[in-house]
Amino acid sequence: MTDSKIPEGPLAEKWNNYKAKAKLVNPANRKKLNIIVVGTGLAGASCAASLAEQGYNIQSFCFQDSARRAHSVAAQGGVNAAKNYKNDGDSTYRMFYDTIKGGDFRSREANVYRLAECSAALIDHAVAQGVPFAREYAGYLNNRSFGGVQVSRTFYARGQTGQQLLLGAYQGLLRQVSLGKVTMHTRHEMLELVVIDGKAKGIIARNLETGELERHIADAVVLASGGYGKVYYLSTLAMGCNSSAIWRAHKKGAYMAGVSWIQFHPTSLPQHGENQSKLTLMSESLRNDGRIWVPKAAADDRNPNTIPEEERDYYLERKYPSFGNLAPRDISSRAAKEQIDAGHGVGPMKNAIYLDFSDAIKTQGKDNIEAKYSNLFAMYEKITGINAYKEPMLISPSAHFTMGGLWVDYELMTTIPGLFALGEANFADHGANRLGANSLLQACVDGYFIAPYTIPNYLAGELNAPKNTIAHPAFDEAEKAVRAQLDKFLNSKGTLSTDHFHKKIGRLLYEKCGLSRSKEKLEEALDEIKLLKTSFEKDLLITGDDTLNSELEKAGRIADYIELAALMCHDALQREESCGAHFREEYQTPDGEAVRNDADFCYVSAWEWKGAAQKPELHKEPLVFESVELAVRSYK
Amino acid sequence: MKLYLKIWRQLNTSSKGEMVNYEIDGVSEHMSFLEMLDLLNESLIQKKERVIEFDHDCREGICGQCGVMIDGRAHGPLKNTTTCQLHMRSFKDGDTIYIEPFRAKAFPILRDLKIDRSAFDSIIESGGFIGASTGQAPEANSIPISYETAEASFDAAACIGCGACVATCKNASAALFVGAKITHLALLPQGKIEASKRVLTMVQQMDAEGFGNCSDTRACEIECPQGISILSIAKMNAEYTKALIFRK
Repeated sequence: MTDSKIPEGPLAEKWNNYKAKAKLVNPANRKKLNIIVVGTGLAGASCAASLAEQGYNIQSFCFQDSARRAHSVAAQGGVNAAKNYKNDGDSTYRMFYDTIKGGDFRSREANVYRLAECSAALIDHAVAQGVPFAREYAGYLNNRSFGGVQVSRTFYARGQTGQQLLLGAYQGLLRQVSLGKVTMHTRHEMLELVVIDGKAKGIIARNLETGELERHIADAVVLASGGYGKVYYLSTLAMGCNSSAIWRAHKKGAYMAGVSWIQFHPTSLPQHGENQSKLTLMSESLRNDGRIWVPKAAADDRNPNTIPEEERDYYLERKYPSFGNLAPRDISSRAAKEQIDAGHGVGPMKNAIYLDFSDAIKTQGKDNIEAKYSNLFAMYEKITGINAYKEPMLISPSAHFTMGGLWVDYELMTTIPGLFALGEANFADHGANRLGANSLLQACVDGYFIAPYTIPNYLAGELNAPKNTIAHPAFDEAEKAVRAQLDKFLNSKGTLSTDHFHKKIGRLLYEKCGLSRSKEKLEEALDEIKLLKTSFEKDLLITGDDTLNSELEKAGRIADYIELAALMCHDALQREESCGAHFREEYQTPDGEAVRNDADFCYVSAWEWKGAAQKPELHKEPLVFESVELAVRSYK
Repeated sequence: MKLYLKIWRQLNTSSKGEMVNYEIDGVSEHMSFLEMLDLLNESLIQKKERVIEFDHDCREGICGQCGVMIDGRAHGPLKNTTTCQLHMRSFKDGDTIYIEPFRAKAFPILRDLKIDRSAFDSIIESGGFIGASTGQAPEANSIPISYETAEASFDAAACIGCGACVATCKNASAALFVGAKITHLALLPQGKIEASKRVLTMVQQMDAEGFGNCSDTRACEIECPQGISILSIAKMNAEYTKALIFRK
């Protein structure tokens, strides 16, 4: 079942070989084929627009009030591409290598190479769409360097790169709406996947304005519904981000992979109180000029500006001299946790570290720092009330990006034929840790450049397949299951709100399946999740009715999060090694660095759902490295 | 702190709404405005009452989904700040706060503070894009764009589509929203080719959606969380006039 379908040939030729042989659909036949795309972020919007341009009929779904709101909008720092515009040694191979090393050798060579290979075309396309990337005075595109690499390959649009790329994709999508090739369903949430004769053929969606359940049928279904970092409740994600589309597909037979590989972003704002709903991300680009430090003495609560230089510990510069403040995210986040746990944390809750711009302001001048980061400094002041030109920022690691997701093969198809997963919803390219500015890239490359080859390759075989209707019993059954769950929530006679359970599951995961994990804590977590599930089933209280009701929407998402949390713990427990974002306390060097175990764990863990009462079943997809040597990932 | 809230409650588009009084205690100055509403909703759930519906998502000021009138001002009292980025330190103990939806004929109320802004999507659909299909693009650096042009284009492109400009305008005009998109694309060489067609269809669609005319009060610029300049309205008018004159 976990055949990755990697094409033949040398690494650099694999994608060309695939494209040369992929099946095509005659232009006249494309209009007979329908595709459902769930999600309108960069992956979903770009895939929907690109397939519509080819002539397929697209039904596009998002839970937000407009396709433009999807959470890709929030990515600040940039998007990587191996253009080598800075002439500083970049190449497709270099980018491939950085990404596979950054992922701690837990991703597929062929996928990662393709990501690097398609990166340049993305920049070309985004510029053609009108994305206003940063420019040099001569008019050429500007680049900066970003966490975890030593070349400047990051393209950016101030601190709003995600928003600008998404507007490009959104406008491309709405252009296809105007041409009649895409039908938009905003404020709709997918609540079930419909599988007919083993193939994905449709979805049940709930109209969030009216509460009506709708049946939608297609020849293929694409899930581009994003990541599930919001399972931690406090995270950098939008409030509505959720795992429901992929989780419900998982329960219908699609495997989940790398489930516990969650990236904690090192530069988010720390928690300040119990009623907080999110942790705002401050772009990692700040680490280009900010220096990270904590007081050398534990529990030092002096004003940071009065702490003399020799009493500060610039621990990233000390521990990782060749990368310093630009060490990759997993390393930086874990190092921060180490300092906080050892009592060096700062701020009112002692849960933060300093990100200090005073040296940069001294050497470059306040004007230059302002030109680069003014929107970030302004945002910081709005939230905290602190002027970061005068005082160091308080930052802290926060749940951010899910490397895990639905298992997909080289064609981005899940274990259910006809069901594709794109962008953060799949597990594919980042291994156990994602490099900064690679997520926008992956979402775009999946949607603009990969799915437009691989989905037609699948659809070519569906052209003459028997056509079904929404009266098929599989639709009846799926709708009945959704209706039953909604009724159960509405009739629940408890006293606790959805947020209560969401906060509980989040706190539990932060403590036991977060920046570091251990057998003991993971086993405890699995027991606690069971109890939480029982409590959720009897103590939940939903007010309002089955029409427009945000509490009812949340209930379904929490139910899925509780089950997903258990799978995350199973995944983390089974993987007895430390790799990337997955740090098992039992597997570390004496100085606290991760110890990977290539002899026993050089595979992708793909999990199969076996029912609520059963343990999930593990399937291993061996990772074969033909072009790179497995190396210890050192940033020292 | 303790606050007295007057919040607009309305069951659906066709029903009649009203201001309802609520009291809330235990609000910390570090909470965001929406976290204060979360806290209020939690207390309504405890009383088995229906929660107050409001739109929100990213809670970091970029998605554009949140937005309410706070004491009569779109997104509240601060400059360049969305509702989600407004924090309770802007209020003091004992304050009475009026919370209403963004109101405009083109933005029907769905429930409570939730509105339907799909009119904005319809305007973009009518021409707010560059018609470049995937695969057609030339090498990115083959179209040099001066630093100043790229920055000016970005200034306009930064619009988050929240609708504060419409809500604050006495005419409920969408001129700032449309002007921003026209400006973003018309400034760029790759957007110039379709500029005339774009401005004509977008302005036509803006009128068809029921937005009012711009009478240059500049309220939109003051309330825009992204600080979009009304010069983009001037740019739209200039592009529109040019397009009318040269229309074939």
